[in-house]
Amino acid sequence: MSRSHRITLSGLDFIPDLSGALFVPEFKALLVADLHLEKGTSLARRGVHLPPYDTRESLLQLQAAVEATKPRRLIFLGDSFHDGDARERIDTSDLALLRAITARAETVWITGNHDPEPPEDVGGIIIAEMALGPVTLRHQPKLLREDEAEISGHLHPAAAIHARGHRIRCRCFIADHRRLIMPAFGSYTGALSVRSEAFEGLFGDFHVWMIGDKAVHCFPASQVR
Amino acid sequence: MSLPQRFLDWFAARGWSPRAHQLRVLDHAERRESLLLISPTGGGKTLAGFLPSLAEITARGSGEGIHTLYISPLKALAVDIARNLEAPIAEMGLPVIVETRTGDTPHSKRVRQRQKPPDILITTPEQVSLLVADPHAAHLLKGLRTVILDELHSMVTSKRGVLLSLALSRVQALAPEAIRIGLSATVADPDALRAWLVPTGAEPAPLVLGQPGAKPEIRILSSVERVPWSGHSSIYAIPEVYEEIRRAKMTLVFVNTRSQAELVFQALWEANDDNLPIALHHGSLDVGQRRKVEAAMGEGRLRAVVCTSTLELGIDWGDVDLVVHVGAPKGSSRLLQRIGRSNHKLDLPSQALLVPSNRFEVLECQAALQAAEVNAQDTEYPMVLKMDVLAQHILCRACAGPFHPDELFAEVSSAWTYRKLSREEFDKAVDYVATGGYALRAYERYAKLKPQADGTLRLAHPRLAMAYRLNMGTIVEDEMLKVRLAHVKRRLGKRVVVGGRVLGEVEEWFLSQLTVGQTFVFAGEVLRFEGLDEFGALASRSNDREPMVPSYQGGKFPLSTYLAERVRQMLADPSSWNSLPPQVKAWLSLQHFRSVVPKAGEMLVETFPRADKHYMVCYPFEGRLAHQTLGMLLTRRLERSGMQPLGFVASEYALVIWMVRDLSLAVSSGRTSLGRLFDEDMMGDDLEAWMAESALMKRTFRNAAIIAGLIERRQPGKEKTARQMTVNTDLIYDVLRTHQPDHLLLRAAWDDAAEGLIDAYRLGAMLRRIKGQILHKPLDTVSPLSVPILLDIGRESVYGEGHDALLAEAANALIDEAMRLV
Repeated sequence: MSRSHRITLSGLDFIPDLSGALFVPEFKALLVADLHLEKGTSLARRGVHLPPYDTRESLLQLQAAVEATKPRRLIFLGDSFHDGDARERIDTSDLALLRAITARAETVWITGNHDPEPPEDVGGIIIAEMALGPVTLRHQPKLLREDEAEISGHLHPAAAIHARGHRIRCRCFIADHRRLIMPAFGSYTGALSVRSEAFEGLFGDFHVWMIGDKAVHCFPASQVR
Repeated sequence: MSLPQRFLDWFAARGWSPRAHQLRVLDHAERRESLLLISPTGGGKTLAGFLPSLAEITARGSGEGIHTLYISPLKALAVDIARNLEAPIAEMGLPVIVETRTGDTPHSKRVRQRQKPPDILITTPEQVSLLVADPHAAHLLKGLRTVILDELHSMVTSKRGVLLSLALSRVQALAPEAIRIGLSATVADPDALRAWLVPTGAEPAPLVLGQPGAKPEIRILSSVERVPWSGHSSIYAIPEVYEEIRRAKMTLVFVNTRSQAELVFQALWEANDDNLPIALHHGSLDVGQRRKVEAAMGEGRLRAVVCTSTLELGIDWGDVDLVVHVGAPKGSSRLLQRIGRSNHKLDLPSQALLVPSNRFEVLECQAALQAAEVNAQDTEYPMVLKMDVLAQHILCRACAGPFHPDELFAEVSSAWTYRKLSREEFDKAVDYVATGGYALRAYERYAKLKPQADGTLRLAHPRLAMAYRLNMGTIVEDEMLKVRLAHVKRRLGKRVVVGGRVLGEVEEWFLSQLTVGQTFVFAGEVLRFEGLDEFGALASRSNDREPMVPSYQGGKFPLSTYLAERVRQMLADPSSWNSLPPQVKAWLSLQHFRSVVPKAGEMLVETFPRADKHYMVCYPFEGRLAHQTLGMLLTRRLERSGMQPLGFVASEYALVIWMVRDLSLAVSSGRTSLGRLFDEDMMGDDLEAWMAESALMKRTFRNAAIIAGLIERRQPGKEKTARQMTVNTDLIYDVLRTHQPDHLLLRAAWDDAAEGLIDAYRLGAMLRRIKGQILHKPLDTVSPLSVPILLDIGRESVYGEGHDALLAEAANALIDEAMRLV
């Protein structure tokens, strides 16, 4: 794993990975949000033939992250499949790769708005939300009770900073002391600025962990444009 | 062909007689020969093109279907031509119906045009593609006799021209009798245009030359002010330009970029003590606003218009008697074309004034002036063989009905632009259109083209034809956002921003750089950025005189190879410096004294220390794009040889790289050789490796992907689908490059980049030219010639730093700050 920073939520430590996954040392768990498998082929019916390699690319990245962290548990935070037909379109070799990955760890598929009913034959169990120690894992961020902590995905956060006249924008993790939102892992997933309306009211004084080409970089909210 | 009596009478009544070139055009047309007419503006070129058609339609009778297609590069021009043609038709009482068809033509009129076609249809290149994509195309074009191509020289150098050539190959198949008449300004290589006009293998179209106009009178502004060392604003010369405008009746002020137009316009307004009517015209302004300016010009209500190339083409924009060119013209032909905008009378010389914006531009203006003296041309060669354009045309053909690949291959190869297309490449393009052309056969079930029992291919669904019509064309704009004028009100002590009228559109990347409160120049005003809403950007008027964010992006056109050669020669020959302004001559003499002036054919490389860094400046004069690429490749090399380069900046004329280690020492001690450093082999693996990850490649890939129909254009009104849901072409590029690096679109993008944004071909030619011709001058300090490019450091953005380095630096700066506070 590359040089990284630690994110702490309710006393639990998390390590943001360069791949966009999040590792939880205490539980040997690897968290992955918004894979959007088969997004590339989702427009085929309309005659838009995007390169159908996004699934393979995402899975290869995932495989590398799993190899590097050797998790006991692999937890997907929803929108793992881009739509209900994704399972039908996925290439046989990609399907085999996915099954090989899920076979290496105890796998949990949290449901998302894109995949309320993810396929049942790709290994692992399906669940709406779950607890990981003191933290709740779910797809969409919710209003939190005073004593609650949460990790979610759904919003595909990105942040931009200004450096030497350049504006640099990257996918990022965003968190304050009780809420963490993960970047989208899928290779065709776009991203939404943490300064946009969708993020309003979700965070107090937050930090972002921006994913560069070679390392993850942490910035306070005041630096984020 | 002899002209019918009523034509002769019409000429006679005006005291004219048909000109020699007009009669020659008639002769060729009568023999059913295509031809190329090259003639300066004002030479009766348009009428010459139309005469054969007018005579024939008069003889054959009106209402027999479309007789003549007239293709013009600009919508506004098409409308203008139609209007101008109405006059002779009415005056001679000819039974000829002329109509236009452009992107603005309402559906009802298009339907009527199909039922009752006009004799002459005036249209744009895209409309010709749409016409042949129509299932009724064969019927509509069966009586076609003539295709007239206006401003051919400007169309053939872009993908628009390539697409047009394919549409014409289809027209040729449907109306084999039709001839083509190309109308062009003077070009460097008329033979290429002559071949372009006719099917592959046929005799090149004969050339007809119009009457040459009077030689233009060109001056270079010899300012009493100090000519700046660097920069592009030309603000120093504004009072003198204003004086010229005051003396002339109507002045066109040409600049090279939109942002320059804004700056010059603003400065002129400040100098405008007499309240002269001066207007602004550039491509990002609202169309309505542009039409208003054009109308005002036509009516002679304006004294000056500051414009970009948007006013470069056109028949008549009023009585222009002076053309001012602010900034260097970049090419001899471009200069002559722009000067041609003044004085549409052949016998009177056009008046032009060149205003160099810095010292190197003085040299360039002088070179351009000498080139114009001898009427030297440096137009680009026609563009050929673009796979993304071919893909679009294959879909176009499928929209008209089922086609046989063998027949379409023959038809496409008959276009001069695709004469070298191999069958294998063609089949790949067809496969791309059908299923995306991927090694992973994911789309067989969803193929756009379905094979039929008889060997033809049929469009899978009529919906695809609709999508084609919405997405066709080769002009891919940067993603633009509307800028609206905002009014700031106070409500209950809160600042409320209310959007008002639309000022125009600006590139999305530019807006994404701005933060609320920053000021920038747009539509002739300094505006304060107020934020984005669902319709685009909001900006309020600002009292600032200087914008905080400069929007200069560098010239759109690189210095032409021809002018570059002339500039190098002038530099090498001190006797020619006498024609330069004293301050510029003094600058060059000082260079001679303090460093060295390279001989013709040599390239000077200076190395010197400054502050705690070491600099290398070279002067290839090959344009900013080629220099940027060179800078990128050289820094990689210097990195490898341990010189620790820190950054570089490229200008039109020179390149500077700065580094930690002493390059002078490395060369004198034999550790490094400049010959090795500049060796042509950098064009191999280094170039490949850099291009693959370059942001410029992603931009050309996006363009190719849109043209080839891989992704859809953003349709008006649809923009606001959430950003995170659309697939970004950068992501597609990365994934495709990893998994199918030989895909048709990646190769198309590579080719485009190599000849466009990266200018690899020109760089390669330059490296061959300077082999064994490098003149190295180690110095103790900065040389006079290097001052302009050194001033650009800090002004231009610096390349050569990855995002990570900047992110790490920004993070470290924070740490430093934190440490200081402790």
